[in-house]
Amino acid sequence: MELKLDQVAIALDGHTLVSLTEVVVPGSVLTVMGPSGSGKSTLLAYVGGFLDPSFQAAGRVWINGRDVTDLPAEERRAGILFQDPLLFPHMTVEGNLLFGLAPHVRGRDARRHAVDVALDQFELGGLGNRDPATLSGGQKARVALARVLLSAPHALLLDEPFSKLDAPLRRAMRDLVFAEARARNLPVLLVTHDQADADAAGGTLLRIGA
Amino acid sequence: MTRLGPPLAVLLLGLPVLIGLLGTILPAFGILPALGGVTPSLAPLEQLLAMPGVWRSAALSFWIGLASGAGSLFVVMLFVAGWSGTHTFKRLQRTIAPLLSVPHAAAAFGFAFLIAPSGFLARLLSPELTGWTAPPNVLIPNDSWGLSMIAGLMLKEIPFLLLITLAALPQVEAQRGRAVVAALGFGRTAGFLLALWPAIYRQIRLGIFAVLAFSSSVVDVAAILGPTLPPTLAPRLLQWITDPDLTLRFAAAAGALLQLGVTLGVLLVWIGLEQGGAFLRDRVATSGRRFRHDRAVRIVAAAGLAASAGAVFLGLLTLAIWSIAGLWTFPDLLPQSLTLRGWESVLPRLSNPLLTTLIVAASATLLAVALAVLCLANEDRRGRPAGRAALWMIYLPLIIPQPAFLFGLQLAFVSVDLQATLAALVFVHLVFVLPYVFLSLSDPWRSLDRRYEQVARGLGRSRRRAFWTVRMPLLLRALLTAAAIGFAVSVGQYLPTVLIGAGRLTTVTTEAVALASGGNRRVIGVWTFVQMILPFVGFLVATLVPALVFRRFRAVRV
Amino acid sequence: MFKALALAAALFGATAGAATAADPDPRNWDGVVAEARGQKVFFNAWGGAENINAYLQWAAGELKRRFDIELVHVKLEDTATAVATVLAEKTAGRTEGGSVDLVWINGENFAAMKDADLLLGNAWAEQLPNFALADTENKPTIRTDFTVPVEGQESPWGMAKLVFFHDSARTAAGSLPTSSAALLDWARSHPGRFTYPQPPDFIGSSFLKQVLIERVEDPAVLSKPADPATFNEVTAPLWSFLDELNPLLWRGGQAFAQNYPAMKQLLADNEVDIIFAFNPSEAQSAIAAGELPDTVRSFTFPEGTLGNTHFVAIPFNAAAKAGSMVTANFLLSPEAQARKQDPTYWGDPTVLALDKLTPEDRARFEAIDLGPATLKPDELGPALDEPHPSWMDAVEAEWTRRYGAGN
Repeated sequence: MELKLDQVAIALDGHTLVSLTEVVVPGSVLTVMGPSGSGKSTLLAYVGGFLDPSFQAAGRVWINGRDVTDLPAEERRAGILFQDPLLFPHMTVEGNLLFGLAPHVRGRDARRHAVDVALDQFELGGLGNRDPATLSGGQKARVALARVLLSAPHALLLDEPFSKLDAPLRRAMRDLVFAEARARNLPVLLVTHDQADADAAGGTLLRIGA
Repeated sequence: MTRLGPPLAVLLLGLPVLIGLLGTILPAFGILPALGGVTPSLAPLEQLLAMPGVWRSAALSFWIGLASGAGSLFVVMLFVAGWSGTHTFKRLQRTIAPLLSVPHAAAAFGFAFLIAPSGFLARLLSPELTGWTAPPNVLIPNDSWGLSMIAGLMLKEIPFLLLITLAALPQVEAQRGRAVVAALGFGRTAGFLLALWPAIYRQIRLGIFAVLAFSSSVVDVAAILGPTLPPTLAPRLLQWITDPDLTLRFAAAAGALLQLGVTLGVLLVWIGLEQGGAFLRDRVATSGRRFRHDRAVRIVAAAGLAASAGAVFLGLLTLAIWSIAGLWTFPDLLPQSLTLRGWESVLPRLSNPLLTTLIVAASATLLAVALAVLCLANEDRRGRPAGRAALWMIYLPLIIPQPAFLFGLQLAFVSVDLQATLAALVFVHLVFVLPYVFLSLSDPWRSLDRRYEQVARGLGRSRRRAFWTVRMPLLLRALLTAAAIGFAVSVGQYLPTVLIGAGRLTTVTTEAVALASGGNRRVIGVWTFVQMILPFVGFLVATLVPALVFRRFRAVRV
Repeated sequence: MFKALALAAALFGATAGAATAADPDPRNWDGVVAEARGQKVFFNAWGGAENINAYLQWAAGELKRRFDIELVHVKLEDTATAVATVLAEKTAGRTEGGSVDLVWINGENFAAMKDADLLLGNAWAEQLPNFALADTENKPTIRTDFTVPVEGQESPWGMAKLVFFHDSARTAAGSLPTSSAALLDWARSHPGRFTYPQPPDFIGSSFLKQVLIERVEDPAVLSKPADPATFNEVTAPLWSFLDELNPLLWRGGQAFAQNYPAMKQLLADNEVDIIFAFNPSEAQSAIAAGELPDTVRSFTFPEGTLGNTHFVAIPFNAAAKAGSMVTANFLLSPEAQARKQDPTYWGDPTVLALDKLTPEDRARFEAIDLGPATLKPDELGPALDEPHPSWMDAVEAEWTRRYGAGN
């Protein structure tokens, strides 16, 4: 599994924001840094498949050896984490995870079991039936991570995912996310303006804008 | 699919208005082949101007439209400026919200029953305080200056303007803005008016235009509270269009154009007032004065708002009592006896109008919500919200005075033999329901975090699945609220129902207003009670269903 | 295009002719009843009075049960609306399947519809089985509606006569006016305690006609159409009367009651002392309904007040002509007429001649308790004939010009 950005260029009103060609090998992280408005989140949206139509974009995106540029978001298998956990507030924790769990796990029992395993793995045991609104910040972040990993993505897109967590939690979460990505051999595209994120990620660092 | 939304909506809002205007303009200049009018002429205009008191009627419409709009805005503006962010504000806001669901006719009837010389207020004070054993011989309501009509209109316009102002508040970051002007040493009211109000005003401006247009051309409230010698223009137009003398239709068409002119005149004068207000504001803002002592203004504003809410509630209570009153002579505060005779006499004849009301309101609301969703989903697809032109389009049927295009629309329906069909009635209601539904839904729709859907897409769900499993449930409350508003708007429609239903399809509103000119108060009480309970039930459903469905989920429960 | 239009017009004409040929013939009554079965009759009738609405609801139930006819009461504020509808349909070429099947009508509206050929002809009304029971001998207004010959184009339904009501608890019977001149005197000594419904309301216009008949120099001119050349001269006494009366009225004549029910409410609220209606037992009905105190009593002018008959008529293009005929005949039946005369239900005097009825049917009428507030038939005083309908239009227009547009 690898993530390949082939001459990707994104412009707004004729003004180029981002232009790059990169290969992110499995288990490694490409970190894109830049001030707000520099277009780093736009790059993420382009890779994820929900770029706002007001932008003009060119270049190909390959995920796991497949050109996904013309595929809709849901077929790209690019899992995304935002700075907010964005747990669906109208579903339980378990409901959120079942919603995320990849379709190839079939059967009620098998799917429940997969979710239970994930809950335990992410120290969420016993919380399956909870309203997401009642969870702590760290728990919410872990549910979001579990949800995206259960969907069996081929790449991980991180949009400043740690910026809203307090410092100790941020470190723990960062370690957890990168460890999971490495363990699953996922290429990761991280956009951030936090140098510490970039340091922890290792891998290539790309600065854009300004 | 969503691509169809905007063109359908434009067609639905624009086409009836255009066809209707054309169907009004042509007869106004003598062209109406069905009645033998084939050559253009100014005869309809002459016929109109020969009508006794037509200028006075027009002047009354102008004055009442302008005064009620200005009065309502004044109260709302001062109240929001003086109180927003306080506990009082939240309390009054909660009290006012249900008032939006009370149909104009019900509020007007209640108000009439309250303020008449033999009304509830006079009974409350008589004979102990006033010494009145017979009602005083003063001309209220229906006073020749239209003051009771202005007050009656304000009862409904204040909650409407307050709610659209509340919707605009978050967009101007009122909370922080207030802190900033307070830090600069301004009094609460003045600081708000000088610094924050202009931005809010821009947001609610079209809503104010709609209020001005409505109150300068309203029929039902005029029939209940308005002057009678002569009445305002709109009810006279309705009289002419239903007169057995068909040649009066020409005069009615010309009159509808005059109505258009009156309403445009009100709007023009209003725009002039806006300029004057802005000039004054700039002068005051740069003068350095801080207006720290605004206690009196704040109290007056809150009192005005509370009085308007109180009048509606007390009026509705009076209606409810009348609906079960036996003999109730002046100055008794309560009836000598209670009886269900009013209800018994109405109930057997309630089912048909009630059914029509429900079918039409439910269909129009359903269609309107579906269309609004299509339009908003299309915005998401295109990635940018509809522009100013689209907003004007949405407000078009609310700003063009109803008689100006409904007369022509009625002719059009007659000519294709669709008058008095359910489909036609649903269609014409939709024209008025859709704008409110769209306006009510668009804010929560646009402010829903789009990343929820992006997460769902990233998890491998299609656009459609994400829409149905994530966006729709999260917007359930907003959808139901928009539907409740649409339902209430449909239930309250009078002129469109009278003209297109042609007396063969009646709703609880046309039944109630038909009794306006002095039917039995008990029966009016029953009809208006039913009329006001329907939208109320709608809002109840909109509140209870999300609370029930999402009872386990704190963030979406309310 | 023009060819197509001509063709359409020709087709229309053909079907219209066919419709006329197929009009039900009341002489073959069984045929009419059979044809009426399953029909839906849109009865356009003033809907401003609850007791009348309830009466029609009862009639609808009976018609459904006995004849399988669905009677739909289209409630009008003004009968003129129905006239306008039919006229509009005729203008638009809709000569069959019209939306009005039956209309409650008399006077100017009847004259207008008859004039414009908007009514079903062939004297159908006089061939209804129950018409034989109508009191055509003693009630000439059954055959002459506001001076216009009825010619069987409308079927009689009820009688009307102008009577006045007062509350005997507040106003002594001896102090009441006995003529319009006396009414003016009374108003002088009781300012603000009288009003009349704002013309063109039917009751209000009737009051104007009552005054006109009493004060006009030569009442005979009123039976002929109004002549614009002499109108001002003939009606001058009316206007000088109103110029004096109006400022003495409730609200100083700055507003008028909008109709009879409003006036009734004013009496109940102690805002006025004298009101009037076209239905002699209206006060009794209102007492029964708890709308007026039981001390209300009736009085009339000894020299006579306006009297007339009201009817139902079938438009030329009605969709359910047979159903409408069966309905008209049912409304004319002793059973329906007796219920109508009972103030518990409505209290509208019958058009039937009691001596033409069977003993059982006569007993229905004799059993009705008119109550203390209603004048007996022999106390009602003479009935004054209605003027030609054109006077009503002209008087209404002139009233609106003089008083209806503010000052």
